[in-house]
Amino acid sequence: MKVEDVVCPFCGCLCDDLVVEVENNRVISVENGCTLANEKFMGDHRLKNPIRRERGSWKDVSYDAAIQETAEILLDADRPLLYGWSGTHGEAQSVGVHLAELLGAVIDNTSTVCHGPSILAIQEVGHPGCTLGQVKNRADVIVYWGANPIDAHPRHMSRYTTYADGFFVKDFRERKVIVIDVRKTESSAVANEFVKVDRGGDYAVLSALRAIVRGKGDLIPVKVAGVTREQLFRVADTCMNAKFGAIFFGLGLTMSPGKNKNIRNAIELTEELNRHTKFTISPMRGHWNVYGSNEVFTWISGYPYAVDFARGIAFYNPGETTSVDILRRGECDACLVVASDPGAHFPRACAEHLARIPTVQIDPHVNATTHLATLQIPVAVTGIDAEGTAYRMDGVPIRTRKLFEGTYPSDLEILGKIYARVKEAKGS
Amino acid sequence: MTGLLVKNAYVIDPLSGVNGEIMDIAVRDGKIVEEVGNGAVVIDAGGCLTLPGGIDSHSHVCGTKVNFGRYMSPEDMRAGRTSRKGVMHVTSGYSVPTTFGNSYRYSSMGYTTVLEGAMAPLEARHTHEEMRSTPILDMGAYMVLGNNWFVMRYLKDGDIEKAAAYVAWMMRTHKTYGIKCGNPAGVENWGWGENVSSLDQANIHFEVTPTEIIKNLTEINEHLGFPMPLHLHANNLGHPGCWEITRESLKIPSNVKGKPNVDVEWAETKMNAKRHESVYLTHCQFNAFGGTSWRDFESGVKGITDYVNGKDHVVMYSGCVPFGDATVMTGDGPAIHDLYVLTGNKWSNTDVECECGSGVLPFTYLKSNPVHSVQWAMGLEVLLYVKDPWKSIMTTDSPNGGPFTKYPLIMAWLMSLKARQDTMAECHKWSQDRSGLGGEEREMSLYDLAILTRANPARTIGMAYRKGTLGVGADGDVAIYNIDPKKLDVNDYESLIRNLQNSEYTIKDGEVVARQGEIVAIPEKRTYYSDIKVPDADEKHMLEDVKEWFRYYTLGFSNYPTPERYLANPTPMTVNPLR
Repeated sequence: MKVEDVVCPFCGCLCDDLVVEVENNRVISVENGCTLANEKFMGDHRLKNPIRRERGSWKDVSYDAAIQETAEILLDADRPLLYGWSGTHGEAQSVGVHLAELLGAVIDNTSTVCHGPSILAIQEVGHPGCTLGQVKNRADVIVYWGANPIDAHPRHMSRYTTYADGFFVKDFRERKVIVIDVRKTESSAVANEFVKVDRGGDYAVLSALRAIVRGKGDLIPVKVAGVTREQLFRVADTCMNAKFGAIFFGLGLTMSPGKNKNIRNAIELTEELNRHTKFTISPMRGHWNVYGSNEVFTWISGYPYAVDFARGIAFYNPGETTSVDILRRGECDACLVVASDPGAHFPRACAEHLARIPTVQIDPHVNATTHLATLQIPVAVTGIDAEGTAYRMDGVPIRTRKLFEGTYPSDLEILGKIYARVKEAKGS
Repeated sequence: MTGLLVKNAYVIDPLSGVNGEIMDIAVRDGKIVEEVGNGAVVIDAGGCLTLPGGIDSHSHVCGTKVNFGRYMSPEDMRAGRTSRKGVMHVTSGYSVPTTFGNSYRYSSMGYTTVLEGAMAPLEARHTHEEMRSTPILDMGAYMVLGNNWFVMRYLKDGDIEKAAAYVAWMMRTHKTYGIKCGNPAGVENWGWGENVSSLDQANIHFEVTPTEIIKNLTEINEHLGFPMPLHLHANNLGHPGCWEITRESLKIPSNVKGKPNVDVEWAETKMNAKRHESVYLTHCQFNAFGGTSWRDFESGVKGITDYVNGKDHVVMYSGCVPFGDATVMTGDGPAIHDLYVLTGNKWSNTDVECECGSGVLPFTYLKSNPVHSVQWAMGLEVLLYVKDPWKSIMTTDSPNGGPFTKYPLIMAWLMSLKARQDTMAECHKWSQDRSGLGGEEREMSLYDLAILTRANPARTIGMAYRKGTLGVGADGDVAIYNIDPKKLDVNDYESLIRNLQNSEYTIKDGEVVARQGEIVAIPEKRTYYSDIKVPDADEKHMLEDVKEWFRYYTLGFSNYPTPERYLANPTPMTVNPLR
């Protein structure tokens, strides 16, 4: 059976034009997808059933026993942490936030190690953005800063920016593409202009561009962080003469020295450019539904990540209530990991603490976190054998599809049962 | 269900012509009935003020820009947090409360129905997800269409039938209640960092003018038989002197007759509960700026209210400014950018492909600020100058003028000259010199307020068949306040405010949901939308165009609609277009 208009649950692009062939409850072919999509749909390394670590080896357990044990672990903990969420659908994330509220837990999503600094910057100076179609239809200048879409978001350029034919930009060759990075990448190779910045020099380059746009170009020295004055002026000129410009930034900007201050500077550059022409800026969100976790957390609790319910109210203080900080301080005494892989992405000290405390992972696959966990509950993969809402990197909500009726329960079902048991035990 | 009986209620129900009768109200199976049997739950209202449940016919509570208001402002979240208690979830937010915050705070104030003022079609699923997460309140949303590519293209081609078929299809596709038209033609220009400044200025590429959009959308609205008039947010918002373009905009549909045609059963009312207006103006205050610059800024409200007083095709809401922290958010992207340039406050903007735009900016209104103090006066002028309260509705355009939780304060200003004088004494002198409020001695009655917050919002949006009245057959939504109207002294406005803030009882569908500021039950809510039946052939031809143009979206046609599963208790209203 061929299913059309399938939504890809891999990266923040949420491409929705895949054609997927399904046979005997397995995906056997994928059309239109990138290599990442193909791997996601075709990959078959799922854990068969819940497993529990007992004296150094894994034992199979029933779903019911695993759910019961998870509820007990969370109820016994003084400082539980519910982490992950970016790889599941919004309906499951919603149950997660209510579970955290009920437990007085901390709930955090993967923004904490990716675009958390972008959120902090937005909270300082706002965010002039747009949906991706605005860029496709209008943008004649596109800037990728600290991002390598060809590797990380392989269809971003073809669907939304560089190579997309839009309403006002009929021929993609009308667009100018500027890539700004510390090294050459596959993306810089297709750019009209590549700006190579010295490592850690992004903030200075952003400041230099802002100065030029503000008419203070005479302040600019011969070179700024490895970029010549001439090139800086050329880039500023291209941007100011754009009819519609769009900046996309990645972890090269958020996680390099300067972090949130880099993003603040980039947003303020965008705001400055808006006094001359139309310019937008957008983060290249990684996980397919990380933006959904920010949205869901926000409408329920008021905050996009790092929410601490221990005081009975929703409390937010990144640096204190962020997962990495909580784990590094050895503060939390139980962790529920849902739809992410902190074992692979967190600093070593944090991973070590996860291995010391009861860590339950709800995830379809064996991953690095499995090796730190005490219990793992496999679930259906949202977008393959489970469905639900995801938010694209630009905030457009898209419903992922269930391609076949599989045998695994969804995140929503498992979390719903855990929530019910915790609620019952709490008598509320 | 054995029912509910509210005894000894001092009832004000303008649609039923009841003004201060001591009577009993009976509710059975969620509806107001003549009487209930002995087994009914009895609440003794003890002569307290009893009104139909409040209706906010325009508030920003759910969706992309609302959530961005929260996302970008942890300081606002921190300023309004409450803990989990009983059936209540944690809430956060002062000017932009979380979804549960909106639910509980409206319910505690005696409101039972809230309409979201602006929804981008592409982000409709988001709005519905948040409405689903806002318990208790009956809700719906207005779809932003004033800069929609498909609409503008059809208008340019003069193909009004297809434009109407498109509008009808969009309402059903995204489960939306009515048409919102915000800064027509201007927001499309904002895609290029531009705006429009006059009603006859054609926008870039699409070459349609605000006049053409307003004229055609009001006609389409009545051709299709929508429950509510076209909801118009006029051009040039927030610019000194904008009152004139607002008045001229209102003139455009003066010959369009309101023809709502909805298959519903009407509650028994004494007054005609159907709307006749063809235009419902948003936030009059923000569109009534006088003067030519910030230096000679003054209220231009009278120019609009004089016009409205002499016409019967306009209804409008005020957009009052109660001072303090607010968050301005609107589909009018360029207006928010202007405010960013003016203030330097943090600024967010989201333009939505092929459809619309939006902007968000946290803002604080200060009594010491000359312009803000005039805006405060203007919001009240709008309601006090309109002679017939059936032409106006009280709101803050929450959270634009301020959060809806300040409605009791606004009610006090409307009812009490002393309350206004006391506030004006604390304001910048411009509030006195640049507005007429100081010379206005009108004090509104509780009956007037019941019209402005219940009867008229319900009538205006075509909800009075079940809301905004306590007539037999209406929903059992009742608000009882600890106010004895017979002893009411409006000079003691502090206690009036206190008692309006938290109802004694808020009853929704015959069940007590809030008591003295605390939520006690979470009954099922409803989500309303207009289900418009256009001939299949019209729709088929229109859809051929839409599909062809869909390549300018970044989402596939089949992934575009919002299925009913996104709605809590979907409640379609069948709307019948003219044949």
